Amino acid sequence: MLEDLQEKLQRALKRVTGQGRLTQSNISDTLREIRRVLLDADVNYKVAKQFIEDVKEKALGKEVITSVTPGQLITKIIYDELVKLLGNTGAELKLNPSGITTIMLIGLQGCGKTTFSAKLAKYLKDRKRNVLLVAADVYRPAAIQQLKILGSQINIPVFSIDDCKNPVEIASESLLYAKENGLNTVVIDTAGRLHVDEEMMNEAAAIKAKVKPTETLFVVDSMTGQDAVNSAKAFHEKVEFDGVVATKLDGDSRGGCVLSIKAVVDRPIKFTSLGEKLESIEKFYPDRLASRILGKGDVISLVEKAQSQIEEKEAEELEKKLMSNNFDFNDFLKQIKMIKKMGSLKSLIGMIPGINSAIKNADIDDKQLVKVESIIQSMTKGERQNPKILNGNRRKRIARGSGNSIQDVNRLIKQFEEMRRMMKMFSSKAGKTGMLNLKNFRYN
Amino acid sequence: MKLFKNINFEKLKNGLNKSRENLVNKISEKISGKANLDENELEKLEEILISSDIGVPLTEKLIDEIKKKIVIHKERNITLIRNLLFTEMLKIFKNISTENFTSINSKPFIYLIIGVNGSGKTTTIGKLAYNYKTIGNKVMVVAADTFRAAANEQLEVWAKRVDVPIFKNDAKDPSSVVYDSLEIAKNENYDVVLIDTAGRLHTKKDLMDELSKINSVIGKVIPHAPKETLLVLDATSGQNAIIQAQEFNKIVNIDGLVITKLDGSAKGGIVLQISSEKKIPIKFIGVGEHHTDLQNFEAEQFIKAMFD
Ligand SMILES: Nc1nc2c(ncn2[C@@H]2O[C@H](COP(=O)(O)OP(=O)(O)O)[C@@H](O)[C@H]2O)c(=O)[nH]1
Ligand SMILES: [Mg+2]
Repeated sequence: MLEDLQEKLQRALKRVTGQGRLTQSNISDTLREIRRVLLDADVNYKVAKQFIEDVKEKALGKEVITSVTPGQLITKIIYDELVKLLGNTGAELKLNPSGITTIMLIGLQGCGKTTFSAKLAKYLKDRKRNVLLVAADVYRPAAIQQLKILGSQINIPVFSIDDCKNPVEIASESLLYAKENGLNTVVIDTAGRLHVDEEMMNEAAAIKAKVKPTETLFVVDSMTGQDAVNSAKAFHEKVEFDGVVATKLDGDSRGGCVLSIKAVVDRPIKFTSLGEKLESIEKFYPDRLASRILGKGDVISLVEKAQSQIEEKEAEELEKKLMSNNFDFNDFLKQIKMIKKMGSLKSLIGMIPGINSAIKNADIDDKQLVKVESIIQSMTKGERQNPKILNGNRRKRIARGSGNSIQDVNRLIKQFEEMRRMMKMFSSKAGKTGMLNLKNFRYN
Repeated sequence: MKLFKNINFEKLKNGLNKSRENLVNKISEKISGKANLDENELEKLEEILISSDIGVPLTEKLIDEIKKKIVIHKERNITLIRNLLFTEMLKIFKNISTENFTSINSKPFIYLIIGVNGSGKTTTIGKLAYNYKTIGNKVMVVAADTFRAAANEQLEVWAKRVDVPIFKNDAKDPSSVVYDSLEIAKNENYDVVLIDTAGRLHTKKDLMDELSKINSVIGKVIPHAPKETLLVLDATSGQNAIIQAQEFNKIVNIDGLVITKLDGSAKGGIVLQISSEKKIPIKFIGVGEHHTDLQNFEAEQFIKAMFD
């Protein structure tokens, strides 16, 4: 896996060559390709079109910097713009500092509201709020029962009124109940409804008018296609919402609908829901979704990261050293720091196209890097410069000092030597990457 | 989306734009000399197809076909294009049988209902139970969603509503529920057995394995049982539905699709791609939450709905 990463990194970095100026003609292929990528990811047709047009306009006004190809540069710009459009930083949930915080969830049928209500309730409970769940879906068979079961699994009370068919009443009663019972956070699950169903939309508006939620969240299934903009717009017109929740992101849908919704209804995406376990709720990270939407196109973000973070000169120096066999532990340490700057290994791997989700989800241990780093840091300057002097006693000291086993230290030194030997052997052919082969500091 | 609504055909070949970046431009470039269409019209066409979730590959294919077909026509107008497109789309469903509600000669007839979370499986079971009962069959529903909270209760409400017996027990393993239910169905001479399963994302290996097990259990209890596995797809789904169909089909042979929530504004165009590639017939469509809201699939009507 790490080898694979290394390979991709090298390839990606190799592509950082050639110069150019952004012109209509040298970005048109890339733009066409990206437009298709967006549509394949379920970005709404109009949104995709507008987006590409905007980006193009911006891009044409720009100069090509140093060592990327026009195609790469435009892809990078697209990525940046996607992140910007999705909201640069994850938006926080609005909470009422005094009094009761009420959160109302709305959305189409089957989008995952009930499960998400429970997740959100648990999330808030874990953050020391006293939460009440409210079962206001009086239509779907056993919806109330479902919420009650979920509530009991997470030890959160569920408010419902038997035989009451009026969700407005249930919602408003629940607030009284919360007050009486000293609960400061109310999460209201409502029935799924179609945006074209006027009566049901009026009902949702009535619930909102009655309880005046601190936050109204629109829940959307991330597998939704082109129609997402229509439902989101209709919901927003009728029941103005404050934020969006994207569910079922544990699947392999690309989630373009979320971008579309953000584009047509300018509301922040506040949470993502990634599984049936009640812990699988996460804050929204615009960059992750941008990468996901671009899918195979996001090599460039890797390039970009690598590029901006690794100072070129430094890399060049390292490279020279690597080739000349003067590479020592100090250089090794520098290299590790560079890699760390680029983000966690896991997030880097997530950006590599063609890597399937199984691998993405696999446990990639950033701790390995930390371990190597700690070992090297426990070496003296002399030892780092001249690894040959690392005898048994020195190794023991390093192991103790860094809190690692002697085997760990031995393994690292052995691998380091091996690597140097290899680099020497291949130095004539080795690519000008300035990167070490990551497999050499793989620890288990 | 109103097909062709805003297209002005007087505006013929009005100065082709210099930018020839998108599909539409490329097409108009090729046919502008022959057909009375300009890029706006074709773009509109493209927009309509893609906005219905038909997807880029099939949209390109359809527009390509039209481009070819239009050459032999002298009189090129919007009606012609519309008809050509209609015919092309209809072709996708040709030779894919959508026979339903046929008399059952060997029993019990087993329906295994599968799909991702929230697509409408349980509701569809309720509707199917109603329909089969109405034509005089002895119907049983089986609560084999042992995962979702209150799934049993939901199906129970449906069973009561349409007045059919439900099989359920406390087993955590859905295969064992299915096993037990089929023993009863066999012994008590049921005509139709409708098996509800938990929603599962096709990316979850353990859940897909579970499905495979359920499937093989059916074959064990009643070998050669007449059986249909129906994949329930939400009409609002985007391109991911293609992968869903593909992945589910690898695990269990999908005999048909049910497209739900067509009472909304989504067109369900994703099924065209699935039908054209996988030749999986669409058996039923869901048009509401009531037990009478299940209909046979009619290709013509379905496509017509996309046009208006
Ligand atoms: N409007 C509409 N809603 C539907 C349709 N089919 C199912 N639903 C709703 O979609 C939601 C999920 O359905 P359910 O049967 O529980 O899905 P399951 O998780 O696949 O079993 C429920 O609120 C249903 O009432 C349909 O054809 N039209
Ligand atoms: Mg169900």
